[in-house]
Amino acid sequence: MINDSNDNRRYTIILIMVTVCLIYIIRLFSIQIVDKSYLEQSQNNAYLRKVIYPSRGLITDRNGRLIVFNKPAYDIMIVPREARGFDTLSFANTLGITKDDFIKRMTFLRNRSGYSQYVPQVFMSQLSDEEYGPICEKLYKFNGIYVQKRTLRDYNYHNAALALGSIGEVSKKQIEADDFYTQGDFAGQNGIEQTYEKELRGEKGEEILLRDSRGRIKGKFEDGTYDKQPVPGHDIELSLDIELQKYGEELMNGKIGSIAAIEPATGEILALVSSPTYDPSMLVGRKRSANFAALSKDPLKPLFDRPMMAQYPPGSTFKTAQALVLQQEGIITPNSAFGCQHGFHAGALSVGCHGHESPLNLKHSIQHSCNAYYCCGFRNMIDHRKYKTVSEAIDIWKNHIVSLGFGYKLGADVPNEKRGYIPNSGVYNKVYGENRWKGLTIISLSIGQGEVLATPLQIANLGATIANRGYFYTPHLVKKIKGGEIDSSFIQRHNSTIDRKYYDVVVDGMELVMISGTGFYSRIDSIDVCGKTGTAENPHGKDHSIFMAFAPKDDPKIAISVVVENSGFGATWAAPIATLMIEKYLKGYIPKRRKPIEQRLLEANLIKE
Amino acid sequence: MDRRNENIIDNIDLWTLGLYFALVVFGWISIYGASYNFDDSDFWDFSQRFGKQLVWIGCALVIGAVLLMLDMKTYATLSYVIYGFFILLLIITLLVAPDTRGSHSWLVLGPISLQPAEFAKTATCLCLARYMGSFGFSMKDLQQSIIMNLIILLPMGIIILQNETGSALAYLALYLTLYRQGMTGIVLVLGLCAAVYFVVGIKFGATPVLDFVPGDSLGMFVIMIIAVIIALAMVYFYHRDSSLIKTVSISGVSVFAVGILLISLLDVKIKFTYLALAIVVFLFAFLIVRAIVYRKIGYFAISLFLVGSIGFGHISDYAFNKILQPHQQTRIKVTLGMENDLKKSGYNVNQSMIAIGSGRWTGKGFLQGTQTKLKYVPEQDTDFIFCTVGEEHGFIGTTAVVVGFLVLMLRLISLAERQRSTFSRIYGYCVASIIFFHVAINIGMVIGLTPVIGIPLPFFSYGGSSLWSFTILLFIFLRLDASRKEYVM
Repeated sequence: MINDSNDNRRYTIILIMVTVCLIYIIRLFSIQIVDKSYLEQSQNNAYLRKVIYPSRGLITDRNGRLIVFNKPAYDIMIVPREARGFDTLSFANTLGITKDDFIKRMTFLRNRSGYSQYVPQVFMSQLSDEEYGPICEKLYKFNGIYVQKRTLRDYNYHNAALALGSIGEVSKKQIEADDFYTQGDFAGQNGIEQTYEKELRGEKGEEILLRDSRGRIKGKFEDGTYDKQPVPGHDIELSLDIELQKYGEELMNGKIGSIAAIEPATGEILALVSSPTYDPSMLVGRKRSANFAALSKDPLKPLFDRPMMAQYPPGSTFKTAQALVLQQEGIITPNSAFGCQHGFHAGALSVGCHGHESPLNLKHSIQHSCNAYYCCGFRNMIDHRKYKTVSEAIDIWKNHIVSLGFGYKLGADVPNEKRGYIPNSGVYNKVYGENRWKGLTIISLSIGQGEVLATPLQIANLGATIANRGYFYTPHLVKKIKGGEIDSSFIQRHNSTIDRKYYDVVVDGMELVMISGTGFYSRIDSIDVCGKTGTAENPHGKDHSIFMAFAPKDDPKIAISVVVENSGFGATWAAPIATLMIEKYLKGYIPKRRKPIEQRLLEANLIKE
Repeated sequence: MDRRNENIIDNIDLWTLGLYFALVVFGWISIYGASYNFDDSDFWDFSQRFGKQLVWIGCALVIGAVLLMLDMKTYATLSYVIYGFFILLLIITLLVAPDTRGSHSWLVLGPISLQPAEFAKTATCLCLARYMGSFGFSMKDLQQSIIMNLIILLPMGIIILQNETGSALAYLALYLTLYRQGMTGIVLVLGLCAAVYFVVGIKFGATPVLDFVPGDSLGMFVIMIIAVIIALAMVYFYHRDSSLIKTVSISGVSVFAVGILLISLLDVKIKFTYLALAIVVFLFAFLIVRAIVYRKIGYFAISLFLVGSIGFGHISDYAFNKILQPHQQTRIKVTLGMENDLKKSGYNVNQSMIAIGSGRWTGKGFLQGTQTKLKYVPEQDTDFIFCTVGEEHGFIGTTAVVVGFLVLMLRLISLAERQRSTFSRIYGYCVASIIFFHVAINIGMVIGLTPVIGIPLPFFSYGGSSLWSFTILLFIFLRLDASRKEYVM
């Protein structure tokens, strides 16, 4: 028989075993009963709430022509944990890349934050139908490789790139600002795509799937009872006439500048050309980032939305606005006349003018774009005794000009619109001292030079205001949102501070410009066009050629501004482009007589290499 | 012959046998749940794991029956031969085994793969029981004591070389048996201390005691305080020397009081580690003086423990970083809550805890566990089989399994204690110890209490090697117990 002194030790051993088991049971109680988070996590694990992306709203032009639509795209996903046991080289060959590319890409993924070898990672994104088709059958050979379907934008017309904007991956900021987005989502960047992102994007659907730890789908949960179908985005009908837009871009080919055309009765933008431009399909899919970088570096700045963002001195087109203000303030009447001796001369100051008969009344001052007339008129106003100070005079002047759409953003539905610049008394008081200046000091304002700046859209809007004889609607690009409403600000009429009666003489003057004035060369036979040339002095080089017009004179259908940078007089380049646009829009064709002009413009290359 | 067999069947312990069957059946149900595939659910499909496990269970029963029929003397007689054979087999395996995920422990014989390391445990238990049960064995004999240790450490070393650290660690459980047989409890205390020092050293090694005193180590500080307290406890336990304890406690408290005063009033930046070190040195000197004056080697031993503790604390960090492989380091850090790497090493444990935790009281029901059905839990029918129990059968199921194992272990201890031969008793304790180690580490791992060490849950985990080796281990003891009255060795 065993008889030793260690018999009691069995209890120590039993104590150890019981203690350990007790600890384990307590631990099990705590994770199984007390802590409820594990149950939640297991539900999240088992059900994959897979987002089904809605198809983005389509974009058509004012005549129902389809401009932007969707095409399928495919992301190649890789689950690193599972992607083993296949030949890397053959996989690389299938995708048309080298083995080095494969290794580089995997290293990149591995070092990226959020990497998990259990979760699908985007190995290659946005393959097109053509790229995906030939390899889709071969991909099944490879373990851990999956395909995720997405949609990309596609374009029927290769125009209006900046107005339309593009689709790009959302930034961290956007994800934080809007619950809708998660990493890897796409959203409109710039243009209509950005402004109407909420209307276009639709509502995401949800598919609840059973899956395993490798993200592999094991089937639908409860046969899809709890699934949610995605709601497609609203289709948008633009006010743009895409054929007119296309024609405008062709005319502007080889030139730097812009065209903005507006329907005066509604404020609808008919064309918004920025030149040089690019094909919107360049910023789609895998080539997006490379193309975007190239466009950003282009010294001609094709990504700069000129009609909305470029700010020029409006030059002589501004004289029409001056004529309205001076009349409203009672400084001149249609019959007031000022003499012009090849310009305006006051002491040492001299503003030159070209040769024309003298003196001229208001109507003819517009026709001949007489600098002296407006210098005299403007000086008379600023220095007039009816105002207590020059400051009061300039501020009254400024308010009239602002009521014509200048100095502030118009509020169009294109992001990044610039406000232009109209100085007030504060500016001059700061520079010259409190009221220690007079009309002559700031005389260049009278002819649209000096401190004033306007965007091409604002100049077109002035055309629309004159065409309407006193009011305008905020220019906008969207005509209809299917299943939605356009912003109420676009149907609100903005009245100018100038009485209706003062417009007629200006309109008559602008008509004369085309009949026998500075725009004669660009006249259209059967359409009564009212126009005004302008030349914006450019301290950096040749002057900018500007033209503002609307047509027909009665019941106007289109108001337009054209700016051609560094090309000289408004009459030479901007005016014929504007009238060709008007003719194209109103008639639908260019008659034989004007074909040579059209030809000259289409071929002209004013960009110095 | 007839009479003897009858005798065996009459005397076999039905408690143990019943628990064995209960655990194997519950294990098979769990494997069925873990490897069940909704598309392909043929019950008898032997290409599926639950089908194969049925075959393994059948073989295990045959093996068990054969073991019960053998003469009990066989085991004691052949124990050295069996041990020698398995040592040889382990070495051969090390040399010829193919690389299976970094481990060289599987012996492939045509369609069958076996892991000799699993079976070697039984051989080691037999050999240990035989050696320690032999007449005239005494642990106080240095030579015999060394041989006893070597019997355990030799197979362990070879298995470590096979890169199966988990299996090798299971041999440490045999020291529990040695403790029962008279090995000083200090070994267990030292083992526990080493574990505590290691954990404290790794987790708090770089944490300063006070934020504004840089270079101080909370880990080292705690280790020194623990060492002093244990040393004082030993002084009391072995020598009842309360004057020493009083002196050291009073001086220790005063050192800290002065230190805290200096820090708070005079803004002196004293490292707490230095204060603790002062006490350690003081106690050490005291112990040495006592050892010389009283001529008691015990004081000297305690002083060695003190110095050893500090030394161990210093090298544990180094050992952790230099000796352990990176994946082992991460596993330990995850268990200590120092790293929360859910994507890599922490993934398995996190997923297994989600599986178990989502079971709640009664579980999601048989075959209803999404977590295991969808293969979130890795190794879910082998090392992580306990997850399926937790998810499909809930707290009731997990507690039943833990309690089931506990009852089995306690029953084995009570059986061991009723043996007349030392050989049988030691062997019985070996069986209980090994099962205890496997259960503690395996379940501890899936509930996030111990580091991930790849060892199976006895009778539960899928696999022939594991099931057979535990069956052999247990049934030899059942056989020994059945004829406990026949012979006295």
